[in-house]
Amino acid sequence: MTTEPDKVRPAIPVVRAQPAVAREELATTPAGLPSAITTRELSIFFGDHHVLKRVNLDVPAKAVTAIIGPSGCGKSTFLRALNRLHDLVPNSRVEGKIQLFGQDIYDPQLEPVQVRRRIGMVFQKSNPFPTMSIAENVTVGLRLNGLRKRAALVERTEQALSMAALWDEVKDRLDAPAVSLSGGQQQRLCIARALAVQPEVLLMDEPASALDPLATARIEDLILELKKEYTIIIVTHNMQQAARISNDTAFFYLGELVEFGPTSKMFTHPSKKRTEDYVTGRFG
Amino acid sequence: MTHFEHELSGLKNTLLTMASHAESAVKQAVDAVVNRDYDLALRVKAGDTIIDRFEVDVDELAIRLLAKAPLAGDLRLIAVTMKISQNLERVGDEASKIAKRARDLSQEAPLKLVVAIPQMAELALKMLRSALDAFVNQDPQTARALIPQDKEVDALNKSIHRQLANRMIEEPETIARCLNLMVVAKSLERVADHAKNVAEEVVYLCEAQDIRHSGQTKSSMLSADETSHSG
Amino acid sequence: MQTVTCGCALLVVVPLCLVFYHVLRSGAGSINWAFFTQLPKPVGELGGGMANAIVGTFELLALAAVIGVPIGVLGGIFLSEYGSLGLNWWIRFGADVLNGVPSIIWGMVVYALVVVPSKRFSALAGGIVLGMMMIPLIMRTTEEVLRLIPAGYREAALALGISQWRAILQIVVRTALKGIVTGILLALARVAGETAPLLFTAFGNRFWNHHLTDPIASMPLQIFNYAISPYEDWHKQAWAGALVLLLFVAIVNVSVRVLTRDRFSTRN
Repeated sequence: MTTEPDKVRPAIPVVRAQPAVAREELATTPAGLPSAITTRELSIFFGDHHVLKRVNLDVPAKAVTAIIGPSGCGKSTFLRALNRLHDLVPNSRVEGKIQLFGQDIYDPQLEPVQVRRRIGMVFQKSNPFPTMSIAENVTVGLRLNGLRKRAALVERTEQALSMAALWDEVKDRLDAPAVSLSGGQQQRLCIARALAVQPEVLLMDEPASALDPLATARIEDLILELKKEYTIIIVTHNMQQAARISNDTAFFYLGELVEFGPTSKMFTHPSKKRTEDYVTGRFG
Repeated sequence: MTHFEHELSGLKNTLLTMASHAESAVKQAVDAVVNRDYDLALRVKAGDTIIDRFEVDVDELAIRLLAKAPLAGDLRLIAVTMKISQNLERVGDEASKIAKRARDLSQEAPLKLVVAIPQMAELALKMLRSALDAFVNQDPQTARALIPQDKEVDALNKSIHRQLANRMIEEPETIARCLNLMVVAKSLERVADHAKNVAEEVVYLCEAQDIRHSGQTKSSMLSADETSHSG
Repeated sequence: MQTVTCGCALLVVVPLCLVFYHVLRSGAGSINWAFFTQLPKPVGELGGGMANAIVGTFELLALAAVIGVPIGVLGGIFLSEYGSLGLNWWIRFGADVLNGVPSIIWGMVVYALVVVPSKRFSALAGGIVLGMMMIPLIMRTTEEVLRLIPAGYREAALALGISQWRAILQIVVRTALKGIVTGILLALARVAGETAPLLFTAFGNRFWNHHLTDPIASMPLQIFNYAISPYEDWHKQAWAGALVLLLFVAIVNVSVRVLTRDRFSTRN
């Protein structure tokens, strides 16, 4: 604005420097890093039902990508295709290509378990295994895949629980039943369980939708920390949450990818009218 | 219409009411100068409190709406509304200043000099009206088109200044009255600046482009994105 | 309405009370240490016991479990976790039909298949028939229990990169273990009292059984034989045997209830 009376100006360089840093935070991953996950013409059928239609998406590595859209738009279907969970659904068919750091995950020579060890998943309803203690839950992925050495398991337990911001709360009761934790703690336990296997990508299907606002805030904080090390794809129906934590956002509607772009752009001035209508709550 | 859209509409209407108060304040203040109308000048000055009140109301409404975490077009609309109300409040202040000078001038003998203040006022008010029309119609082209007109107003201000400066040198007994007129011209120049600011905000609202301080004020240099018109 | 339904519900308990009361009254007098440790005495001599029948019952149940439990549980796992909709429907249908087959027919079938070719009644045949009767029962209860386990656990296990069979065994089945064990115990309690099939297979034995290929005594059989005899002494022994059998079944049922009570519910 131009009509302020003259006054003493603060140190200009310091004031000017801040906006530049802030803009860098909002930008997508610099061009140097390869995409963690790439889908080309990805289509998914359940029987004759064409659920996902020719999705082309490049998910940047070590960043959070949010997937938004109304119910039934295919966002969970898309997520589950990434760790081959549809293999267990009879009558499901996946066409097109999905690549994890360049490698085709539906390669017939590749076992689904190998894909799932590199791509972990956290679900909407936290599901720690009820017959196991906290520590047993964290290490279940390791133990059932062959790791037996006690020392290694203990170390990985602490590592995973620390990364999930749960260590301090449970370190004195690692042998307590997992179901004795609160809802938010159980979800963080599930995150620790997924991280213990040391995946490269973490898929999250509405991880905070069953939690109260405080627990939700802690999970969001955790995700912002985790993205320094992991590529995270999060499905959410809460757009403000997507605006808070994601670098890029993909908007799905009726099985199609309508728009994909930096979160700051998607939520201040999306390119497609359909996106604008959804984001402002005019439909869906 | 949803509750939220209803409230958004209410916010816009409040802003537009504030705008018409500000516009008529400027017009009446300049009339008070030209017609040496003491009472009119006092009324305009008193009326500034109404405009100040409006700014507070608009901001309160806007903050309430922001707490609902709107996004995209709605978010830009609310942010822009707050900015425009600030500009309109300052226009009201300028009108008040003009009215104060009108009051002083009416107490003294008339100055025998033709000064282009009415023309300046007409230009500035036309710019303001145009900017507000662009806001109502969400029309970035109109907004962009009025931005260069600020230069005309600046030019008029400069020539009035020169004119009055010469008069003050020639006839020192007119200094007080000339200074008052210079202040009036300056205030009108500021009104035009605020109108330009409003236009820049309208461009941001419609195209999500921040053209403030960019130095690009010619509409031909700017290309419109293929964005949606929201709302 | 409420009084009518209440009355009917109470009416259900009446036969249970009658049975317990009668068996208790008639059999309690004949329960003594000898009953549990001695073999039956020959006709005319007083005393003796049902030691061989008691042991025989447990032997037969053990054999039945060896046959029935693995097949039943694995079959239940297949129905719940694998298979196709069509095939599974037929298997379930078959199991439900088998559950309704009269036990004497089971006995006749095993008689034809095992006893006749081997030309002898045997503990093995008895164990086979009881085991076969347990299979559809255990299969259905196992399947039902596994279906109650939410899909989330399976998905979470698979998402960790655990192979499907491991996920099923070490996570899903482990979670359902209590329910599966309940089903097994209830099936055992049910076949423990079967008499008719053992008539053609185990046949009964007044002495100890030393080989699986020999006939073996069992409580229901012994009770039956004593009950239809004309001897007062044997009748008393039959009542005692009935009491012991009844207590056994009752204890198993109550234990199952106690062991599977929900001490803490899952917080989700």
